[in-house]
Amino acid sequence: MTNVDIKQVTLEIATPLLNEPGALLPILHALQDHFGYIPTESVAVVARGLNLSRAEVHGVISFYDWFQTAPGGSKTLYICRAEACQAMGAAALEASVKKLLGIDFHQTSRDGSVTLQPVYCLGNCACSPNVMIDDKLYSRVTAESLAGVLAAISEQAS
Amino acid sequence: MKIYVPNDSTALAQGADDIARALTELDLDLNVVRNGSRGLCWLEPLLEIDSPEGRLGFGRVDPDEISALFAQGVPDRSHARCLGLVEELPYLAKQTRLTAARIGIIEPTSLADYIAHGGFEGLSKAKEMAAANIVAAVTASGLRGRGGAAFPTGIKWQTVLDATGDKKYIVCNADEGDSGTYVDRLIMECDPFVLIEGMIIAGLAVGADQGFIYCRAEYPLAIDRLQQAIEIADDAGYLDNFALQVRKAAGAYICGEETSLLESLEGKRGQIRFRPPLPAIEGLFGKPTVVNNVISLASIPTILAHGPERYQEYGSGRSRGTLTVQLAGNTKHGGLVEVPFGLSLRQLLEDFGGGTATGLPIKAVQAGGPLGAYIPPAQFDTLLDYEAFKEIGAMVGHGGLVVFDENTDMGHMAHFAMEFCAVESCGKCTPCRIGSVRGVEVIDRIRSDEQAQDNRILLHDLCQTMIDGSLCALGGMAPYPVLSIMEHFSDEL
Repeated sequence: MTNVDIKQVTLEIATPLLNEPGALLPILHALQDHFGYIPTESVAVVARGLNLSRAEVHGVISFYDWFQTAPGGSKTLYICRAEACQAMGAAALEASVKKLLGIDFHQTSRDGSVTLQPVYCLGNCACSPNVMIDDKLYSRVTAESLAGVLAAISEQAS
Repeated sequence: MKIYVPNDSTALAQGADDIARALTELDLDLNVVRNGSRGLCWLEPLLEIDSPEGRLGFGRVDPDEISALFAQGVPDRSHARCLGLVEELPYLAKQTRLTAARIGIIEPTSLADYIAHGGFEGLSKAKEMAAANIVAAVTASGLRGRGGAAFPTGIKWQTVLDATGDKKYIVCNADEGDSGTYVDRLIMECDPFVLIEGMIIAGLAVGADQGFIYCRAEYPLAIDRLQQAIEIADDAGYLDNFALQVRKAAGAYICGEETSLLESLEGKRGQIRFRPPLPAIEGLFGKPTVVNNVISLASIPTILAHGPERYQEYGSGRSRGTLTVQLAGNTKHGGLVEVPFGLSLRQLLEDFGGGTATGLPIKAVQAGGPLGAYIPPAQFDTLLDYEAFKEIGAMVGHGGLVVFDENTDMGHMAHFAMEFCAVESCGKCTPCRIGSVRGVEVIDRIRSDEQAQDNRILLHDLCQTMIDGSLCALGGMAPYPVLSIMEHFSDEL
């Protein structure tokens, strides 16, 4: 997609939301849902639409962990690092996944299948440890069960 | 024959959809109903089968065992896997379900089911009352904010009612970020209409015609279900005078703090605001705003329907009504336990929780989320009560209890408390933004035995500075878990 196309699509996505009260977050979510991240080219378009400076829009994007500014893997794996999951071995799970994929948090596996993100609570704390892959929650996860899921994802991606 | 297969996140993560599919593939005349979860998380997926006496439970059902379970037809009470009547399970029978009365029983997005189980009775009563009388009823119920701050809900509403303004808002704080808490999610996924009803009543009480539910992005199913429920309620005319929409948060813990939440709703960085002015006076877009947690709002319909007297009869001291306790972490029977205030921590952890999942002794419990103290077993006779918890330096918060077994490295948990604060600080005030980073460094030094005694003194001072100097509860309370570990587990930090 060219820069011109990105700007055009951004405009199409943002325009119907511009008159919502506090429209910026809904617009950023809509852009990320569409592109998988928020392209740099979108920032000026959104800023102009909301009568904000580009710096203000950038400031909002960079404040929130949920918003990504570069394309990630085909799926995002969120590993819960919070206390309830730690009480059930989340730290060891996190270490094993990082080793398996050969990456740290905020990085994408070499085959492009998975981006790894930390998350602080997925709200399923009685069945810890939990991870989420895109919108799908996995509970009572073990290093082995997660490795199986990741292998299937990697196979799909290739 | 009705078979109930729950469809909340907990059950779905354990294969509930596969169970439902397997059931429809059986050569039996079954009516598969997708109910919410009862909150008996450790038993999920909890299959329920209608019988003449009531609904029979089959816990921890694996999708692969469906064909075996139904090999002799629909299993009955005599089946080895049957737990008996769900309503008679001691875990559930010993609870007082007022706020979470319907979860797991009804189909979450069935308006007819909701109404058949007492839904909108509170709203009907409220419609007959003057605004000031609705507020008075909430005040009389003794309800205090269930998000964590425990501020009397009626007083907050009264302030908004008294505030002058051409526009007022009701904002629901559904940014349930505390580890060990999930009751907001259960309500939103399993009984979304009760939250909608609570918000409509709040609107009538203070004169607000618009509401927002600010829900965390980590809860995609809750957002989806709320949107469905809002559409259904709107079609049925319940939202003719009250515009309601869900807003998706973006992963910042600080946005659970009410002023950050309002900034975020306005489309800004989620940095906290100085107070005063209070949000009740100048809140969303500068207008008088009620900001309440999901559970506070979801408790309103039952208070109005059955009268504030009934609600406030439950409880202990100044903590009235019920608390939706959530057992989490290393607990054998993790789940939602709605009980009147006044039970002891031990009753919750042992009678309901059944000890740890690993079978080892409990070493500590973190109450009230990541900003709450770690409580040692010596204090397990403390009663569940806002003031009693405060007396031992702990907090009830949103009602989460995270259990840790004896293998836990408490020094690491103290390190994590500061690390979490550093990650999630909004950056507005120095004690939180810088203090948390320094806290991590000092704990690192203590743990690697570099001038450990001096650094312990330094850590104490740092914690006190954060408590005294931070603008909000994040920096102001993140030191509590650290201090509690220094006090109760001094050989580990």
